[in-house]
Amino acid sequence: MTATIRDFARGTATTTPIEQVYVGRRRRRRRRVIAIAALGTATALLAAAMLMLGGTIYSPSEVLRVIAGQNVPGASFTVGVLRLPRTVTGLLAGVAFGVAGTTFQRMLRNPLASPDVIGISSGASAAAILSLVVLGWDQTPTMLFALMAGILTAGAIYLAARGGESAGGRLVLIGIGIGAMLESVVSYLLLRANQWDLLTAARWLSGSLNGASWDQAGPLGVAVVVLLPVVIALSRDLSVLELGDASATALGVRVGRVRLTLVLSAVALACFATATTGPIAFVAFLAGPIATRITGAGGSPVLPAALTGGCLVLAADLLGQYAFDTRFPVGVITGILGAPYLLYLLIRTSRRGGSS
Amino acid sequence: MTAQHVLCSDALSAGYGGTRIIDSVDLEVPAGRISVIVGANASGKSTLVKTLARLIAPQSGSVILDGVRIDRIPTKELARTLGLLPQQPVAPEGIVVADLVGRGRHPHQRMFRSWTAADDAAVAEALAATGVADLADRALDELSGGQRQRVWIAMALAQQTDVLLLDEPTTFLDLAHQLEVLDLLTDLNRRRGTTIVMVLHDINLAARYADHLFAVRAGRLVAQGNPHDVVTRELIAEVFQLDAMVVPDPVSGAPLVLPRGRHHVRPAVGRKGGSLEPATGS
Repeated sequence: MTATIRDFARGTATTTPIEQVYVGRRRRRRRRVIAIAALGTATALLAAAMLMLGGTIYSPSEVLRVIAGQNVPGASFTVGVLRLPRTVTGLLAGVAFGVAGTTFQRMLRNPLASPDVIGISSGASAAAILSLVVLGWDQTPTMLFALMAGILTAGAIYLAARGGESAGGRLVLIGIGIGAMLESVVSYLLLRANQWDLLTAARWLSGSLNGASWDQAGPLGVAVVVLLPVVIALSRDLSVLELGDASATALGVRVGRVRLTLVLSAVALACFATATTGPIAFVAFLAGPIATRITGAGGSPVLPAALTGGCLVLAADLLGQYAFDTRFPVGVITGILGAPYLLYLLIRTSRRGGSS
Repeated sequence: MTAQHVLCSDALSAGYGGTRIIDSVDLEVPAGRISVIVGANASGKSTLVKTLARLIAPQSGSVILDGVRIDRIPTKELARTLGLLPQQPVAPEGIVVADLVGRGRHPHQRMFRSWTAADDAAVAEALAATGVADLADRALDELSGGQRQRVWIAMALAQQTDVLLLDEPTTFLDLAHQLEVLDLLTDLNRRRGTTIVMVLHDINLAARYADHLFAVRAGRLVAQGNPHDVVTRELIAEVFQLDAMVVPDPVSGAPLVLPRGRHHVRPAVGRKGGSLEPATGS
């Protein structure tokens, strides 16, 4: 069989189904590899721009020397202490949101089912605000608290939506409802906050990379380094889970175990990122669909969505910092990008619901 | 491909939550043959096939493959012997036919092993067997209902299992496409010796295409055997609560069920079993 396939590759065999399958698969795979390479390049370029641009523009060599640990007057502080943590935090948050979003969307077979739409990020936000503003906790306990709240929120949504055949759609609606409840908790906490905390809280709530530091980036970095490989290792199971629980079981996936692992990983990624940067609007929601547009359907969505998430956050932060007279937090820019897509999906879903 | 596997159930009861939908079913699927499960709506025929395919855990009793309870067989290993096409499978948006059929290779792949020539060959064979090879690079969303069903069957074929279960594979298809799917499954059974178990709604197509019928009523197996022996006026009355005439099908020679409703019945062949209730269901 191998020999025949080599013949096909050389084009010396006549067209047969095997040749067609082989050629088509290779073509889609090539497109995917090129697309992933392009996304990786774009991420690197955006990160470079984040490091070079600002009040003072530094050359690539100066930036590289700072990263290598050399002392460059001026650049060591501006790039090493301000821009580098900001870039790394943005990148990590984008990756975490992107992977969390696409995992949920694929697993629940619904583009609306991203953690920022169905209220899981709101749960983490409410906990983080409670911790930061009311309890005055530090970064690490805040993150763990946000993580617990996110998992609890996901559990509550799951329990409320349990049973029945169309669990996916109901889960999205219940999630949006629970999200709205948690948003009101956030508003209540803000009313009770001190005036000087309010500004911090408001900026944090719109999703911001201002004041990013290595202390903040650390826990998020650990989460991404641990959980991204877990999700990538399960991505083949995820691509079968997309066909429905029945097909996935018939194809030998341990549906319960795989789904639990994926949900916990995705919730943890979304919550850690939310606790670090605030809920950067719609990155989780947008990254997967944009990545699929670029790489084509089929194939694992995890790595493309991770890179797309990183690109989105970095690009939005660059726009927010330099494109307008006023500096906008990154979440404002992603919100402007994401809201029309959310509207489009809602309109399409309601039309489809109406016609069937 | 022609290994003979013995799939049977032992005092199998199953259902959802507290309710019991199938009750103490003992059956043995004839290896290398086509078996069809028939019954009225809500008789438990779909639950039976789902339990045989381990989608539903038994409340009591067990499903046994080659002498081993299927819940003791690692699910991926089981998926190389026992395949299932669910009633309403769902596909990711925009997926290409060849990629979807390729998902059928999942039980043959390991986590870090890349796609092999054997996988390509299995996909190509499945596409050719179901007559959708020329659609390989098309998006599933663009296809008609009949084509889509053939693609789903191709995915099940790419799994290369010796036993294939299908839950109403002809639903939503027009008559021509129903026959096409059933002919395709018959080809598969005759060429490869694949054991096929399916649920069918239409008793006449079931009688024509089955080597072996399982008739289910209220969660119990009430009759089984060759359609010629099993499909009788009495069985139709018991299983479908329907008064009917059974004649030899002039096309196939299989038993043909001609139901009597309340209307459009000629006096010459009028109702005999007056005690039977009026026709219910389709």
